Amino acid sequence: MSESTQVSDRTTAREQAPARPAATRWRWAAAAALLAAAVYAPFQLVPFHVFQLTMVLIYAVALLGLNLLVGHAGQISLGHGAFFAVGAYTAAILLDRWDAPYPLTLPAAALVAFVLGLAFGVPAMRLRGLYLALVTLAIAIFLVPLLKRFEEVTGGSMGLSLAKPAPPAWSGLAEDQWLYFLALAVTVAAFLLAASLLRSRVGRALHAVRDDEAAAEVMGVRPAYYKTLAFAWSAMFAGIAGCLYTWVIGFVSPDSFVVNLSITLLAGLVVGGLGSLSGPVLGALFVMFVPSISQDINEAAPGVIFGLLIIAVMYVAPTGLAGLAGRAANSIKKTLRKG
Amino acid sequence: MLEVHDLTVRFGGITALDGVGFSVAAGEMVGLIGPNGAGKTTLFNCLTRRCDADGGTVRHEGKDLLAVPPHAIAALGIARTFQNLGLFPRISVRDNVMVGAHHRGRAGFLTAALRLPGVRGEERGLRAEADAVLQRLSLSHVADHPAAGLPFGTLKRVELARALIGRPRLLLLDEPVNGLNSAEVEEFAGTLSALRDEHDLTVVVVEHHMGFVMGTCERIVCLDFGRKIAEGPPEQVQRDPGVIEAYLGTAV
Repeated sequence: MSESTQVSDRTTAREQAPARPAATRWRWAAAAALLAAAVYAPFQLVPFHVFQLTMVLIYAVALLGLNLLVGHAGQISLGHGAFFAVGAYTAAILLDRWDAPYPLTLPAAALVAFVLGLAFGVPAMRLRGLYLALVTLAIAIFLVPLLKRFEEVTGGSMGLSLAKPAPPAWSGLAEDQWLYFLALAVTVAAFLLAASLLRSRVGRALHAVRDDEAAAEVMGVRPAYYKTLAFAWSAMFAGIAGCLYTWVIGFVSPDSFVVNLSITLLAGLVVGGLGSLSGPVLGALFVMFVPSISQDINEAAPGVIFGLLIIAVMYVAPTGLAGLAGRAANSIKKTLRKG
Repeated sequence: MLEVHDLTVRFGGITALDGVGFSVAAGEMVGLIGPNGAGKTTLFNCLTRRCDADGGTVRHEGKDLLAVPPHAIAALGIARTFQNLGLFPRISVRDNVMVGAHHRGRAGFLTAALRLPGVRGEERGLRAEADAVLQRLSLSHVADHPAAGLPFGTLKRVELARALIGRPRLLLLDEPVNGLNSAEVEEFAGTLSALRDEHDLTVVVVEHHMGFVMGTCERIVCLDFGRKIAEGPPEQVQRDPGVIEAYLGTAV
């Protein structure tokens, strides 16, 4: 029996072999087309829709970080909203108290989130599954009262209002367009960083730890090191997203970062697709548009519809929207080859 | 090369290994046999620090192995395969193999994320090396396939490829021909002895397949209930009454 399966494996693999460079080329073409559309879009849309797209980019960066942890390192976090908030508040406090220039707040937010992620990554290397979920949930829970408590710095329940980055005169852009392009540049950079990371020795080590920790250790991979740093990098991307949020909204308050945000992020990622690069983008679209669309359907129960839609998507596409898209692409390819 | 002395491991009330001692010279191929539960895999786990010893010493090239953390074993030139496979099912066969060279790489989070030239060069070299090893073990056709879903015999070879790319001096194989048919066993025996010469390997192999062990190993160590009951060249161990008793029971 094993022989016959082996033979069939060989034939399918041989069929796939010449298709591979073409698939890579397609992927590049798709990415380029997507980028072109992303650059073109703000000139065609009304400001509110540009703002919505900007929010999609921000969520995509946060989900990219969460994906690094959940999809690639096989850990879980129910507290990523907290790292998002930390990035947002770091930027806001720097702008509010020290009038820091905008570009400076981005690395600062990234660094603060990274260091906090590293600190919380230490329990992450000892805990797994439900226990880790609980510890990370605790981070999200205690953050809001903490932000309210240190009123002098954080503005308490009232939050902090800030001026948004103004478009430079040479660009000729409106404010919403300028913010969109700032977010787009950061998003593209974040995706390039994450893609390079995952294709490297580090990405392989993360996958190895996720798939079989004991075997990975025999190969010389230190699971504790990779889990902790995956947590820190993941938090850093969430912090970067938080910083973008502050730039774009111009206002932070504790109530923007309640526990719900963390849960929505995790739900969005799982719906979008774990462990793929397109998953965070699809998840971000889901997180941004599904609540507002469901509000259109029935104003009383956007939460219910959001929840039902999550269940429906997971039922139809257990590997997320990215997996569904991959399957669709494969079946189209097959039909084309036949025809 | 490898010296195991008086090694004892207990799990609760069970003594899995009881004062086991043997040594392996450089370039040698030693077979480790014994009925199920004799402690063969426990011994391997001890050598790769997957479980702690309650007594005794293990020295590899003069270094005390029991004082080394598990993730540092690979860098000491020791690689192993697993009885029931220890592959990473969701990544490709090539990536599985490349993880085997993890301890030789240097790329860290920051340098990898920024794709610095050093990282790119290292990656290219490693990839070429992985492709060469895959080719050597006739696995090129599955290089891009995820490890999950391939036939067991193929996966066994992938594990061997992953062990080889780490450039080990000591290779520990846990039931490498388990589940292969007799033609495949013969082919594997040929490949293994060729690889030994190509890479100057010292091999310790746990195996139940007596034809394979007796045909390929220069020396056999037989364990039963955690104790070494025989050691010597294959023809001698084969005739050892203690070994026959352990495998077949006593003739009444």
